[in-house]
Amino acid sequence: MNDAIAQLIFLIIKAALMSILVVTLVAFIIYFERKFAGFFQGRVGPTYLGPAGAFQSFGDIFKLLSKEDIIPAEADKRVFKLAPYVMFIPAFLVMAVLPFGPVGGTPNLFGYRFDYVIANFDSGLVLLLAMGGIAVYGVVLAGWSSNNKFSLLGGLRAGAQMISYELAMGFAVVGVMVMAGSMNMVKIVEGQSGNFWDWYWAPQLVGGIIFFIASLAELNRTPFDLAEAEQELVAGYLTEYSGMRWGLFMFAEYVNLVVVSGIVSTLYFGGWHAPFTVLDFIPGPVWLLIKIMIMVFIYMWVRWTIFRYRYNQLMSMGWKVLLPLSIANLAVTAIVIAIVG
Amino acid sequence: MVSPTIDLVIEFALMLAIGAAMAILFLFISHLLAPKSKNPNKDQPYECGVVPESDARAPMNVHYYLVAVLFVLFDLEAVFIYPWAISLRELGTSALVEMFVFIVILLVGYFYAWKKGVFEWE
Repeated sequence: MNDAIAQLIFLIIKAALMSILVVTLVAFIIYFERKFAGFFQGRVGPTYLGPAGAFQSFGDIFKLLSKEDIIPAEADKRVFKLAPYVMFIPAFLVMAVLPFGPVGGTPNLFGYRFDYVIANFDSGLVLLLAMGGIAVYGVVLAGWSSNNKFSLLGGLRAGAQMISYELAMGFAVVGVMVMAGSMNMVKIVEGQSGNFWDWYWAPQLVGGIIFFIASLAELNRTPFDLAEAEQELVAGYLTEYSGMRWGLFMFAEYVNLVVVSGIVSTLYFGGWHAPFTVLDFIPGPVWLLIKIMIMVFIYMWVRWTIFRYRYNQLMSMGWKVLLPLSIANLAVTAIVIAIVG
Repeated sequence: MVSPTIDLVIEFALMLAIGAAMAILFLFISHLLAPKSKNPNKDQPYECGVVPESDARAPMNVHYYLVAVLFVLFDLEAVFIYPWAISLRELGTSALVEMFVFIVILLVGYFYAWKKGVFEWE
């Protein structure tokens, strides 16, 4: 068997494992979110299905699968059907550039080289931001095609919100690019080798916080869930969706949550590196998974602790606070790197 | 595999196919399981029980378009900065000064938009 075929087999295994793992993780994250929500609000959360309600998500999925799929008569049917896919698929492309272990070097598996990344792409960071941009299309198309006033308002709000915060996000990651000297996620992780104080969260503290806040807005989670503010917009762009089409949007939201947690861990918290070099004997994927779960917990914590912003507060925070701060962060990082080297 | 570029195309195509297959599979299972009962009342847009008066595609607040135009400008600026950022170590101080001139020119436009009230929402 020559190397090309071996790499192709490895690629298929990696892609399948990654997708299945993330999707299974999502099912349990939905359960954890409901359980944590219960905990934060002094309730018990789901309890009936399985031990302590652990199979709640699977019950939900079967319920959604057996629900009628209603498409409004006035809706633009093609766009209405397309929108869930536009939300769902980009997250999988982002997964491809996330490294979950060492890449390159000597043959390490049955005499072949096994890279712990699906695509070793030199512009990984740009791909990541581009996929964030495509997710905006999903929301806006869903809102516009439903032909419902609530949906249209929700879609436009979400579109304006996501592009505003994507700007701050785009400038905040430039700090990481300057530090690593690369847009390749693999090289960014390699640049953070060492103990946990060598990771980019320390020099890029401001950039990291901006990235985290902007990612909350990108994910449409509280405190920035203006797009589906149920007290004023019913369910925003999701109002006309029902059954599994609605389920796909929710599913995409949680897949994006996992993927964005992976991105934050990779850019600022050392990716698959162990927090101390003495712990390097534990394999990289385990560390990345632990970091992703911690980030997911922080996202849930924020969601159930901070209440929703008003729309003008949201926009002025994005444009008047985060954007200048991220440009200032970029300028300071660039000066330090150019002078100190 | 073949060559670095073609490898990347294969890798991304595979992930795209897995994502699309998963979404199609879910909707197909739903199509098999879900009940279908047609009713013209169900197909109306939901407006809290009131019969909708007009089409939803009415003119919207111009603010959304202003924000979108500004986004395009600033995102292009960000894309200009990326290649500069990754080669800053080799280029040194002269590139730093050049980029600062570029950013200052764009900040002038930013403050103009601020003074014009593009970021004020009522």
